[in-house]
Amino acid sequence: MRKLAWTTLTMLAILGGATLQAGAKDWKVVTIATEGAYEPWNLTKPDGTIDGYEPELLRNLCGRMKLECKIVTQDWDGMIPALQAGKIDVIMDALSITDERKKAIDFTLPYASTPGVFVSDKTGPLAKAPGSGTTIKLANDGPTPSMDDLRKAFKGKTIGLQTATVYEPFVVNNFKDEATIKEYKTAAEHDIDLVTGRIDLTFDDATYFTAAFAKPDNKDMTYTGPQIGGAVWGPGEAFGIRKEDGDLIGLFNAALTEATKDGTVRTLSLKWFKLDVTP
Amino acid sequence: MGLDLPFLFDTLRQLLAALPVTLALFVLSISFGAVLALGLTAMRLSGIGILDRLARAYVFVFRGSPLLIQMFFVYYGLAQFPAVRHGPLWPVLRDPFACAVIALALCTAGYATEIFRGAILAIPHQQVEAARAAGMSGWLLLRRMILPIGLRQALPAYSTELILMVKSTSLASVITVIEVSGVAQHIIAQTYRTMEVFLCAAMIYLVVNFTIARLVALLEHALTPHLRGQPLSVIAAAAAVPVERAALH
Repeated sequence: MRKLAWTTLTMLAILGGATLQAGAKDWKVVTIATEGAYEPWNLTKPDGTIDGYEPELLRNLCGRMKLECKIVTQDWDGMIPALQAGKIDVIMDALSITDERKKAIDFTLPYASTPGVFVSDKTGPLAKAPGSGTTIKLANDGPTPSMDDLRKAFKGKTIGLQTATVYEPFVVNNFKDEATIKEYKTAAEHDIDLVTGRIDLTFDDATYFTAAFAKPDNKDMTYTGPQIGGAVWGPGEAFGIRKEDGDLIGLFNAALTEATKDGTVRTLSLKWFKLDVTP
Repeated sequence: MGLDLPFLFDTLRQLLAALPVTLALFVLSISFGAVLALGLTAMRLSGIGILDRLARAYVFVFRGSPLLIQMFFVYYGLAQFPAVRHGPLWPVLRDPFACAVIALALCTAGYATEIFRGAILAIPHQQVEAARAAGMSGWLLLRRMILPIGLRQALPAYSTELILMVKSTSLASVITVIEVSGVAQHIIAQTYRTMEVFLCAAMIYLVVNFTIARLVALLEHALTPHLRGQPLSVIAAAAAVPVERAALH
């Protein structure tokens, strides 16, 4: 009985301590979730450490904010629920700002703005789809006449997408009547299925593909059709933060504004993407 | 968290639309898996060293490794080999649904083999000897004695395996098969309402598994008339018969 009482007391003490810690929000330690598998945005190095455009930018920002930043890796599809449940404080995973997501979470200022693009097999019939090598800007993700030529070219084909990305509504709205759409948990998985011929096309971030193409297995992958940018993907990619943590958003925004002004964002962008994605 | 009934109904409707896929995955993989397991059980009990070893190795691999990894191997792993992509089996292995059925069947066969083996070994020796004394052997012995009694004894453990398999079908969503939990994750990705959607999905799995458990219990009841207490009316009727006639029975 006494033992039970002690255990209960200890547990109460631990719980009490935890509550106290959670209550005091003067932000010394921030937990940031990333996928660690979306090169060059974020990647896991062979020794297990996380690197890439976002982690390097984050380290720079955390220095400016004088915060201790703890990066954890987890699957993309559980990230927003994890943020809402308080398991993490910040999402950093090429997260595009959208109205739908704004209902659930808040965003910092964007730190990148990148186009999306179709990719197919270099040796296949879809390698030079209409509009290849051009850039177009779309205002929204609804069906648009500028996709008419591509719709014709992709009739009866299968398109692979990473689930729950900004690209999903655009591709579904424009191609669902002509093509079959398959959803994958990670971008690497749609790449495998493209290479093995299970699907004919994938659609994803152009900067993601620059890194994916560099892998020996993906040597036959090529961009096809126009690079698609503009307001369709929203203002750009930003950190996702809980709605009630406005103070944290303020800290990040101040640091981001500084880093954009002094050219840090541009330098890191050129280092990782070989192009300037500063919004 | 307020209760949003229209959202719950809409979620349930979308999830139920995917239920046929979940059930098809289950029925097909259990069917193939059970046949495979019967073969493996026969190998295990054959008394022939090499067959026994092969079956043991199979059980070791498929029972000992995670189903998720087996599924990745069947779907993504095999496709890495050009020989597979240009081989005769590619039309089957290209299809995620077929890959999911193959992985699920291979895995359940490993578990079912051990369940079947245990059930057959548990058949009392006296009963087998009695059957042999009555002139049964070979297929007749197998058909009349070993299979019916073995099946009956395997049912309690096998029903657990069936229920585990219903839940395992949810892994098929990782290789792009759109079944109940895959749809659930898709809805969550769009609405960010984790709890409500997963609750609806869990309810569907509960109802399916309850039905399966009841069906197996019915089958078990039907197969074990000799283990049930006699109805009171029968006992009363027996008591009413004169002693010498009852003894003749």
